[in-house]
Amino acid sequence: MADSTSLLYATLLVPVAWLAIGLLGLVRGRSVLWVGRILFPLGTLAGLTLGFTALAGLGAPTESLTLPLGLAQFAFHIRLDALAWFFLLLIGFTSAGIGVFSAGYFRAGEGTAPGLLCLQYHVFLASMAVVVMADDAYLFLVAWETMALSSYFLVTTQHRLPEIRRAGFIYLLIAHLGAIGILLCFGVMQGGNWQFTFEAMRAAQLTPVWASAAFFLALFGFGAKAGLVPLHVWLPEAHPAAPSPVSALMSGVMLEIAIYGVLRVTFDLLHVQLWWWGLVTLGLGLFTALFGVVFAAVQTDMKRLLAYSSIENIGIIFLGVGLTVIFHAFHMPLLAALALAATLYHCLNHAFSKSLLFLSTGSVLHATRERSLGKLGGLIHRMPWVAWLALVGTLAIAGLPPLNGFVSEWLLLQAFLFTPDLPHSYVNMLLPMGAAALALVAALAAYVMVKFYGVIFLGQPRESSLREAQDCGRLERIGLLWLAAGCVLLGIFPVPLLALLNNVSRGLLGASLGTQLQHWWLLAPIAPERAAYSPAVFLLSTVVLVAAVVLGVRRFYHGRVRKAAPWGCGFPLLTPRMQDTAEGFGQPIRQIFEPFFRMQRALPSPFDTSPHYRVQVEDHFWYALYAPIAGLVRRISSLAGAVQQGRISVYLLYSFLTLVALLAFAL
Amino acid sequence: MPTLAFSSQLINLCAALLLLLSFAMLAQRRVLTLVDLFAMQGGTLFVSIIVVAWSTGQPHLYYSAALTLILKVILLPLILHHLIRRLGAQWESETLLNTPITMLAGLLLVIFAFTLAQPISQLANTVTRGTLGIALAVVMLAFLMMITRRKAVTQVIGFLAMENGLFFAATSATYGMPMVVELGVALDVLVSMVILGIFFFHIREQFDSLDLHNMESLKED
Amino acid sequence: MNIVTLITQLTEVILAVVAAPLLMGWVNQCRAWLQNRRGPGVLQPYRQIRKLFHKDAVIAAQASPLFRLVPYVQFASMCLAAAIIPSLWTGLPFAVAADTIALVGLFATARVFLALAAMDIGTAFGSMGARREMLVGFLAEPALLMVFFTASLISHSTSLPTIVETLAQGRLAIYPSLAFAGVAFLMVLLAENARIPVDNPATHLELTMIHEATVLEYSARHLALIEWSVALKLFNYTCIGLALFFPWGLATGAHSLRDLLLAIPITGLKLLVAGFGLALIESLNAKMRIFRAPEFLASAFLLAVLGLLVHLLLGS
Repeated sequence: MADSTSLLYATLLVPVAWLAIGLLGLVRGRSVLWVGRILFPLGTLAGLTLGFTALAGLGAPTESLTLPLGLAQFAFHIRLDALAWFFLLLIGFTSAGIGVFSAGYFRAGEGTAPGLLCLQYHVFLASMAVVVMADDAYLFLVAWETMALSSYFLVTTQHRLPEIRRAGFIYLLIAHLGAIGILLCFGVMQGGNWQFTFEAMRAAQLTPVWASAAFFLALFGFGAKAGLVPLHVWLPEAHPAAPSPVSALMSGVMLEIAIYGVLRVTFDLLHVQLWWWGLVTLGLGLFTALFGVVFAAVQTDMKRLLAYSSIENIGIIFLGVGLTVIFHAFHMPLLAALALAATLYHCLNHAFSKSLLFLSTGSVLHATRERSLGKLGGLIHRMPWVAWLALVGTLAIAGLPPLNGFVSEWLLLQAFLFTPDLPHSYVNMLLPMGAAALALVAALAAYVMVKFYGVIFLGQPRESSLREAQDCGRLERIGLLWLAAGCVLLGIFPVPLLALLNNVSRGLLGASLGTQLQHWWLLAPIAPERAAYSPAVFLLSTVVLVAAVVLGVRRFYHGRVRKAAPWGCGFPLLTPRMQDTAEGFGQPIRQIFEPFFRMQRALPSPFDTSPHYRVQVEDHFWYALYAPIAGLVRRISSLAGAVQQGRISVYLLYSFLTLVALLAFAL
Repeated sequence: MPTLAFSSQLINLCAALLLLLSFAMLAQRRVLTLVDLFAMQGGTLFVSIIVVAWSTGQPHLYYSAALTLILKVILLPLILHHLIRRLGAQWESETLLNTPITMLAGLLLVIFAFTLAQPISQLANTVTRGTLGIALAVVMLAFLMMITRRKAVTQVIGFLAMENGLFFAATSATYGMPMVVELGVALDVLVSMVILGIFFFHIREQFDSLDLHNMESLKED
Repeated sequence: MNIVTLITQLTEVILAVVAAPLLMGWVNQCRAWLQNRRGPGVLQPYRQIRKLFHKDAVIAAQASPLFRLVPYVQFASMCLAAAIIPSLWTGLPFAVAADTIALVGLFATARVFLALAAMDIGTAFGSMGARREMLVGFLAEPALLMVFFTASLISHSTSLPTIVETLAQGRLAIYPSLAFAGVAFLMVLLAENARIPVDNPATHLELTMIHEATVLEYSARHLALIEWSVALKLFNYTCIGLALFFPWGLATGAHSLRDLLLAIPITGLKLLVAGFGLALIESLNAKMRIFRAPEFLASAFLLAVLGLLVHLLLGS
């Protein structure tokens, strides 16, 4: 194991390198070759470095450092503990896959110039890394805002389209609402001694009321970034607007950074945790998950669908956070460690599989220029690489064994199964409902993913232009392969990583899963006779069985295979347009979960010669929550407009009065 | 967890079955099946009273068991069957809420009933503690069924099921009421059945239907 | 893992694979008897499978490799499930690889692959079948998981053999929560195996079919594998039900050869009774409209959750 101080310096170099690469992008800003073939691979290399350093760092002791930067009294503090290392690992490895893909993806003549894009992209990466490293509120917020701004510019790459500008605006608005929450949270947590280093916050003794205030401000602030309902509205707008690698980065990495914030504040900076925080978080998480998955099922735009699926996964992660808080508050360290491990594992899973899926939609988008599910189909024949790799991501997100999504869901369900040991009977009774809802969400996710994959890649092409679609290039393939391999490896070898995650839970909760992770092939978090799952054996036996059946059938019954047209139901005029559409696939969900949606239907009259059927599904929150607030803001601003006179002397009077007031205050 | 005595396990089982039957009634749309379910509930109640009588050695409970058997398993279902056939009210059209939502509401009611029953059952150290909560839940579920249905017949069945729950509460928590009270209740149920039966015919005569929403027109404006 | 347990494990899987079509045939025969028909005999599924294996396969021109892979995946996953489920004895060394949650996941994987294969051809029937199959699945899977959870809470384990051992040993203990779980499980079994009242395995009427629509484009050996795995799925589900709710007669704990051998006829007898019961249910009920299926399954799901609640409330 390397010296932990040198690890710290190596890690510090990565954001610096990213910034440098970004600036180099401006040197020959119009050259796709320079940016795509040289700078983005370099950035990938830096990402890989970060990932491997973090892997080594997870076992190392905590290191901290004060940088000779920043304002006089607010020097920048850096601290790397296991939690930070884990999220650096996530950033490093996920961004590596996305970086390679981007190298082949960005082309000339699409919105922002490549050089500028390269700068924004790498600043975004660097700021996320710095957020995780920061050890004082000042640096944290500077990096946080840089992250928000750089991602805003990335979202609005195609800024000439009005709907993309609108999406960017909503994103920026919610991001800043969240930032205010975080700012206030730090303000509360300094606890009266006006020290804004995290060190001081850890030492501050807050009353339960103030601690609760800090927790809920953090939940609001970071929840806005993560997409917790009802602050989720920016996600389905921003993700379709952004270029696919950016969506991947935002969904796969940035949302998890928000989770990092919640974990940091809750378990590290606050010295006390109350169990009912956990219950609230759990409830919000459950609702978010259910809301996200139900909305994902009725989407017709593939990137919007994935955005809602991200909301669902964030909900599951928050559920894990809530469960961890509950267990921790009731002093059940082993179970808290289990829930935390599930939460962190799900973060990593989501980072890999959602990035993979967003990148594949990017390839599909490039190949077909089509985002609407109603005009895709049959791409598995034209784009086999993308299709088969996307299948891995699909199965992973759907939470099917033996891939990675299943591991974290398995761990979470195990954690739920232990809740009857809790000393609080109310919580005891409510939690089975939580487990049931989680199971429902997981099963619905499978529904959504079958829809996603089946409509895009399977069936017949719904448009004739799809027959000319080209598979993605070599660099893009490498990116997809990297992420898909991550999904598979995380699914099959969970034990080594969970052993590393023990360092995180030891740091945060003072407990770990410890000796229960003895065999590398057997996942038995509490005890083997209570629960065990061995993905490696599982996969191996599936593969062996499939092979055996294939060989057996080949050996004994090798009849010919003839190709023919499928049965046309006796109808001679079948066209590919008659396949089930995305709307059709979502229809049962739309019917069952009708109260979730705000639906507008336009049905054709029976005498219409060219009938059109239209259904628009919208979010209740827009109209019930955001529209009234927007109206209120508009009314207040029109009141404030009364101050505006238009005469220059009045404005000078205002300035003068302000000056006088300030001077009087200083007196 | 200490293992309970066999008789308490049996009573727990009966309690669970009662709850299960209540949920089945909540979900059932056909009126005749509803009556059968009601009879089965009576049967379960009968068994549970027998078990209580046998385990606590209280002979008067055998009488109330017999009363239950005659009244709730044989007599009332027969009357109801007869009534329904004569009225031609076999079919419940639609419930006010769909089944899953009704059941979800039922689930929440169960949790509520249990939290309600917890302090009471801690006072009483009779056969088992969870059963009181179930009895309360059965009452509430029957109430819920009455709320969500439209036909007069189902309302009556709901009313009778509610009485089942009360009766179960009485036997499980206090080893039965005094015999006089029990006889009185039984008589009440029978009389109310007769009166309601007469009511049905009047309602139908008036509106040509047993659908209760017709009665909304009786409201004065 | 010694050689004896390995042999018992293998025997158990092979017996399940071989006997599965027999159970299917028995159910069909009972149905025929109950409906005053003579029936094709209990061996009909074997004949059917044999016939299909000997035919030449016809595959739609636009089928992708996924389509041809799926029957094998189906069959393999059902075999794998059979290796976890204690249908004869609980000494299953493989069960450590996958507990009940993984078992539900395995069924879900099989279903997802089947739905994807159905969408692969791109006919209206296939995608309709896929949609309905997933519709049944997204409610049935959580219900099944909750049934398992109820049993897991009783036995403090999610490993299926351990659960069954606990349930089989506690002869005196009656678990009220299992009554709920049992009803819920029965509903899930009917839905998952495409039986009446959710689906009719004998129909090819477009408006009503669920499962059959997904396999409409398969023929010959692919269809044979699918039919076999359908039979195996029914067998697996029936064995889960028997093991959870009627665990008597299974060879548990440290078992002697006599126990092992005795378990085979006992399980066979139980399967005969269960098959007759299934046929009875199917004959007594009418198939419901497809819109009612979600309600039916949601009720099953809520019943299972209720079982969980009752367990926690009664503390037993």
